[in-house]
Amino acid sequence: MAEIVDARGLSCPEPVLLTLETIKKLGKGEIEILIDTDTSRENVSRAAQSMGWQIVEVQQEEAWYKVKISKD
Amino acid sequence: MEGFKNFLATRGGIIFVGLVIGVLAPVLQNLGNPPNMGICVACMERDIAGSLGLHRAAVVQYMRPEILGFVLGAFLSALAFKEYRPRGGSAPFIRFILGVFAMIGALVFLGCPWRTLLRLAGGDGNAIFGLLGLIFGIWVGTRFLKAGYSLGRTQTTPSKAAGLAFPLLMLGFLILLFIDPQPEGEGRGMLLFYSLKGPGAQHAPLFISLVVGLLIGVLAQRSRFCTMGAFRDLLLFKQGHLFSGVAAFFIAALITNLILGQFHPGFEKQPIAHTMQLWNFLGMTLAGLAFTLAGGCPGRQLFMSGEGDADAAVFASGMIVGAGIAHNFGLASSPAGIGPNGAVATIIGLIVCVIIGLTMRRR
Repeated sequence: MAEIVDARGLSCPEPVLLTLETIKKLGKGEIEILIDTDTSRENVSRAAQSMGWQIVEVQQEEAWYKVKISKD
Repeated sequence: MEGFKNFLATRGGIIFVGLVIGVLAPVLQNLGNPPNMGICVACMERDIAGSLGLHRAAVVQYMRPEILGFVLGAFLSALAFKEYRPRGGSAPFIRFILGVFAMIGALVFLGCPWRTLLRLAGGDGNAIFGLLGLIFGIWVGTRFLKAGYSLGRTQTTPSKAAGLAFPLLMLGFLILLFIDPQPEGEGRGMLLFYSLKGPGAQHAPLFISLVVGLLIGVLAQRSRFCTMGAFRDLLLFKQGHLFSGVAAFFIAALITNLILGQFHPGFEKQPIAHTMQLWNFLGMTLAGLAFTLAGGCPGRQLFMSGEGDADAAVFASGMIVGAGIAHNFGLASSPAGIGPNGAVATIIGLIVCVIIGLTMRRR
């Protein structure tokens, strides 16, 4: 079961901060990050990749994105 | 179009945007904008406040087309790339207060982060203290962010039209500028105030300023160019993505100034600058902290307001009102030094920002 980070509506850089906190807490596994701007989608993806995590899927919902990242 | 979109969000893209802005700003100076002020979001918003009569400092009154172009360019870009998304409601009045104090801090130093770098690129050594203050203010802001600082979530507004308000206000100002130009040798049109001398009387031709503003609005909206975020991300995450754009901006401005003969190194008699280094430092500490707590530099706030972000529009409005307060109550500096009440206003601003940083928390 993937950990969920709901960063919708939060200002820069909070989505990245929350993502990195969860990455540090888990060390590996799967995280689903919910964000609602393209800027946050880019920032979160960049931050996850810099920590060695992979972008598994970016899914566009009604008014937000779900970015799924993972690390084995 | 997708390729263009993706390119500008890459490392190469943001460096390209930084280079373009870094060339255009000194060129605007060459075409008439004030020295080391090709683009200064704070100074230009202050001039807009003057043109509207929110303050009556006679030397800084002009409806700067660059600012109007920033918002309208970002708005058109957001529409074209389907990123226009009206939103708001994340502690708007706190953001207004942050905007007011960001402007007061910037006017104690005499420049926003954009002009800090342009002043350095023009050889103004006093800007070193401003830059150090800016970085320190951002560092303080990152401590609050690490401790859980948050202004809460925005909401998508029920009506798509809600995000039009700020771009339409800028369009209205632009129409006003076209129909109410400065009468020859006079300081007032039908409505707008103008300067007869000083920085407010120095400007590139309207059409060129507007086109440059629109272009930068589009490029910065696509690339998320942010002068505060550049240092914040380095300090907070050790990420240099935004910083590479700002570094490119500085290097391009420096080279362009050298080519145009606009590089004059020194501390004394620098244009629209003073040598009271403690207040250069603390003024930008206040501005840097306020920008960090609000989530973007003054340029970025304009670009986000073009995307429909009402909270960013409230911050920008706070900056314009802050300029009125700063000039009406003797808080703004001049080349002679800080204003009579500039020091106390800076200290009050720092206290207010620290209280905001300590009390607005996610957990």
